[in-house]
Amino acid sequence: MHSNTLDSSQIMRQVIYALIVGVSVSFYFFGWGILIQIVLAVIAAIVAESAFLKMRNYPIKSTISDGSAAVTGVLLAISIPSIAPWWVIVVGVFFAIIFGKQIYGGLGNNPFNPAMLGYAFLLISYPLHMTTWASEFVSIGSSLDSILNLSSVDTFTGATKLDEVRTQISLGTAIETLKPYSVSQAWINFGFLLGGLYLLMRKIIFWHIPVSFLSGIFLTSGVLFLMDDNAYFPPQLHLMLGATMLCAFFIATDPVSSSTTPNGRLIYGFLIGVLVVIIRVFGGYPDGVAFAVLLMNIAVPLIDSYTKPRVFGK
Amino acid sequence: MDDYIKITRNGLWNNNQALVALLGLCPLLAVTNNIVNAIALGAATTFVLVCSNVTVSIFRKQISKEVRIPIFVLLISSFVTIVELLMQSFFYDLYLILGIFVPLIVTNCAILGRAEAFASKNSWDKSAIDGLMMGVGFSVVLVILGAMREAIGNGTLFDQSSLLFGSVGESLSITLFENYQGTLLAVLPPGAFIGLGLIVALKNLIDVRTADASSLVSHNENVAANSVGSP
Repeated sequence: MHSNTLDSSQIMRQVIYALIVGVSVSFYFFGWGILIQIVLAVIAAIVAESAFLKMRNYPIKSTISDGSAAVTGVLLAISIPSIAPWWVIVVGVFFAIIFGKQIYGGLGNNPFNPAMLGYAFLLISYPLHMTTWASEFVSIGSSLDSILNLSSVDTFTGATKLDEVRTQISLGTAIETLKPYSVSQAWINFGFLLGGLYLLMRKIIFWHIPVSFLSGIFLTSGVLFLMDDNAYFPPQLHLMLGATMLCAFFIATDPVSSSTTPNGRLIYGFLIGVLVVIIRVFGGYPDGVAFAVLLMNIAVPLIDSYTKPRVFGK
Repeated sequence: MDDYIKITRNGLWNNNQALVALLGLCPLLAVTNNIVNAIALGAATTFVLVCSNVTVSIFRKQISKEVRIPIFVLLISSFVTIVELLMQSFFYDLYLILGIFVPLIVTNCAILGRAEAFASKNSWDKSAIDGLMMGVGFSVVLVILGAMREAIGNGTLFDQSSLLFGSVGESLSITLFENYQGTLLAVLPPGAFIGLGLIVALKNLIDVRTADASSLVSHNENVAANSVGSP
């Protein structure tokens, strides 16, 4: 890690603090669901991790208290729709912890970002639940109804915002009139940006990945926008849409699954940015972050081996 | 007799083509999205394995070393053609579902592997047993993987059995969970890889446990011996 004075549980605590702003903004737009999802996710993460550690005869308490499982759970919980049924987040967290982390030997050995592996699993397995978002602030009662499958929730649901924007653009709507669609997105992204700057300030994460990632997004979407400004949305919109800021500061910067050399981090972040825009614009899924991060996770060993700093004098 | 027992044990467990040799993974992973497909492909593969092993063994002294691989492939593809025609006439719907994977049995390296490693060096009766046991061992893995993926992916077992067993098969179909919404990943290719990985891990776990129980062989030696496999 960057800082030698913090151990992994303190780092995880700082990450949770940094998420508070973004989560509060999401709460403002989507309602109580997001908090319920976070609680469910943390419980599921601790249960999954404890169960697997017990199977492997490893000490449970010391590993749980490093907080990494909880952070995985929280990241997954804020990535999925706040009104998704309870079993979606539970199954997703179990998959993330067991198949994303523990099966490789636990924290520090996982080649993939566990939260994004869980997200990709959920998106592929349950596409309907994963793309039905709350379209307004949902009260605690209705959120519980929806999450516990008690009643139908058609009244306050809609497609993913990013999908809406894409559909509108393909219908020929002018970019200016799309503002209402992207306002909530921009605020949520702004919340995560603030949290990310806090992490940078506390030296929990390196600047390389956020900067190169955002440049990757900006340049790729900029080139597309210059080619045809009717078909593609402008780069500043891309920066404040979907999970861009969450990915820049909280997901792509995962110390275990990201590149470990300074130049490697620049390449890694930049290519994630490029892939996110390509998958977003040309792909069929609501956002490209999870797939972009997983694809670049695979490339990390290669990037690291080519960017290893030379030992002085050799 | 001991030879036959050893051949049987190798085929079903110690040198299981799918779990230890990890051969024939293309059909294994591609068609195991439900039990019925798995049974059909397993049976077809077993039939080809037995026939090709016996023929290769009978002609093993006539086939010169230099051209043995092309000849093995020719023999195998003749039997695959027979299977393909049989399926076309008796199980036409299933033939359409399995599609390219029936002719692709030719390229299943498990079959060529047994011809090269066993049948070309042993008598025809041993080769027949070897082909049968290797085929059954392969099929059992196919069926287990198919069952896992079908149960998790669709919440059913033996769905569409009528394709294989006719009208009797319709009563075989079991719905495990009512109103199950399906987990698509299990039916898609990643589900096959994850499922196979879990079965291989389970097999290794059983090997380690039984070795621990029966002798004082150290854990590490046992794992090493397992990964090398038997000849």
